[in-house]
Amino acid sequence: MTRRASWLILALVVAAILGPWLAPYDPGRAYRGFLFAPPMPPRLVGPAGLQAPFVYPIRLVSRLDQRYEEDRSRTVPLPALVSANTGGTPVFLLGADSFGRDVLSRLLAGARVSIGVAIAATVGALFLGALIGVWAGYRGGWIDELLMRAADFVLVLPVLYVVLVLRAVMPLVLPASTIFLLMAAIFALVGWPVVARGVRAIIRAERAREYIAAAQSLGASPARIVFRHLLPSCGGHLVVQATLLLPAFILAEATLSYVGLGFPDETASWGTMLIEASNVNALARFPWTLAPAAAIFAVALATNLLLERSAIKLSRS
Amino acid sequence: MAAGRYLLRRAGFALLLVAVVSSASLVLVRLAPGDATAAEALEMTAEERARVRAQLGLDRPLLAQYVDWASHAVRLDFGQSFLYARPVSDLLGERARNTAVLASSALVLATLIGLPLGVLTGSRPDTIGAAVTRALSLLALSVPPLVAALLLVLLAARTGWMPVGGMTSLAAASGTWGAWLSDVARHVPLPALALALPFAATLERVQSEAVADAVAEPFVRAARARGLTYGDAVRRHAWRASLRPVLGIYGLIIGSLFSGSFIVEVVTAWPGLGRLMFDALRARDLYLVAGTAATGAAFLALGTLIADALLALADPRVAEEREP
Repeated sequence: MTRRASWLILALVVAAILGPWLAPYDPGRAYRGFLFAPPMPPRLVGPAGLQAPFVYPIRLVSRLDQRYEEDRSRTVPLPALVSANTGGTPVFLLGADSFGRDVLSRLLAGARVSIGVAIAATVGALFLGALIGVWAGYRGGWIDELLMRAADFVLVLPVLYVVLVLRAVMPLVLPASTIFLLMAAIFALVGWPVVARGVRAIIRAERAREYIAAAQSLGASPARIVFRHLLPSCGGHLVVQATLLLPAFILAEATLSYVGLGFPDETASWGTMLIEASNVNALARFPWTLAPAAAIFAVALATNLLLERSAIKLSRS
Repeated sequence: MAAGRYLLRRAGFALLLVAVVSSASLVLVRLAPGDATAAEALEMTAEERARVRAQLGLDRPLLAQYVDWASHAVRLDFGQSFLYARPVSDLLGERARNTAVLASSALVLATLIGLPLGVLTGSRPDTIGAAVTRALSLLALSVPPLVAALLLVLLAARTGWMPVGGMTSLAAASGTWGAWLSDVARHVPLPALALALPFAATLERVQSEAVADAVAEPFVRAARARGLTYGDAVRRHAWRASLRPVLGIYGLIIGSLFSGSFIVEVVTAWPGLGRLMFDALRARDLYLVAGTAATGAAFLALGTLIADALLALADPRVAEEREP
């Protein structure tokens, strides 16, 4: 199971990196004639028996309620994943959104943005947390007291509200790249306390051990002791925290973008895609707009599986 | 004695929390680019805009405005909302009640689902029921409130089993108090369930681990030796002993319950505190932001306080310990 979960996460990250090359269509391209086109399931068995993967094209039956029908008289071969825009009939494997944009292509492009922000924020939170934790744990005294009080205070606050306020007091309309950095910075700013507390606890415990005294008596500088001897013992803690923070930040991006404080509408991210689902009628009739919700669930499930297995392993050892 | 002092210290922290959070949000929003007049800026001349700003008190220096606000706020007068043209306190009372209804329903639901299942998986880990529960709990843990809310709205819209959003329907608005209550009761299950799912899973896990630890204790074997059945030993002894870690988790859950409540309120159009604060933030409605922040912090502090008090009641050792 651990292995499967790791593979799932790896696949998602690869999809995020290779997104633009994997996507069958340009995520921003709107196919006017295919607003809310339903997903076209790939098939193998057609009129001619078993054949290469294909889909049946769809035809708009009623423009009034945006209903489509499969046209069984002809078949369209699956587009090669590497995007050579075929012209002709577009194939929407996961359907199209309200602008007629391919949901699959947007999901892949969105993975890059959403997972990208989350990874940047996770790295930031780990860095900040490790820095503060090391400082507090190594120096001790009033600095330790002050920093840990600050961490406790941030921990009590409901994270999402802090993020909302910090984002809302910035200018609302910003270019996507600025928003990317801004979001990562805000997430890192609320994510550090748990990391810092754990690092501090480990540093405090390790500092009292004999090998540190030995290193000190050999004349090792504080920097060498911290980086060479103390920080490596925090590795496990940092990995676990990263596994916890990543899905939380992906969700935070989705939430911010969903309520309109995240990426601009035209940028494909899992959050901006979910805006399509905010209209109850559209959601009920075109449920494939929930595809990013499934992706968020997949990430959360994979990380939870990983954490669970490592917890069992820890409790056994 | 120690318990009293402990609670007093916690209450002091709670007051500090409310003061810091509301002041910080007021100052942040005041310093933010754009103000409450920005939305209509295009339709106004410069003089008109300056007049409106003076009316709202936005032309005064930050410190003067803050001191004025704070001196009223300690008397629970949070000023006037620009957006709704109503006293902030009126708005807060109504919305806070709605959020309290949602959050407490979710908490009760999570408790009713999570704790019994946790006792089951903790005390009889090798049964089929426990295996199924563990799998479901892993799934539920991975469904954040945003996703759960969207899925439940989809389900409700497709089946018509539940209202898809809102807290009351128009028809019941004019009815009696009883009619209002039953109408709210019809609307609350969907958002409450969306909010409760991950917390139910968390509670199940913590309870399960705590019971599993307690079952391994010698006193359970002693109870068995006295002739109690395994079920009785779990119910009467192990469960009791497992309460401390479980109660401890409630204090930690409250913050994320609030975070989750915001997005559920937005998705299901529940007129709560979270949506109010969001609207206020977007409109740069200074006093309303500060008021909602103060109320939210008060809720949070109260929730943590109750959780701490319960914990201290269940286990007097807690109050003796120094704070971490």
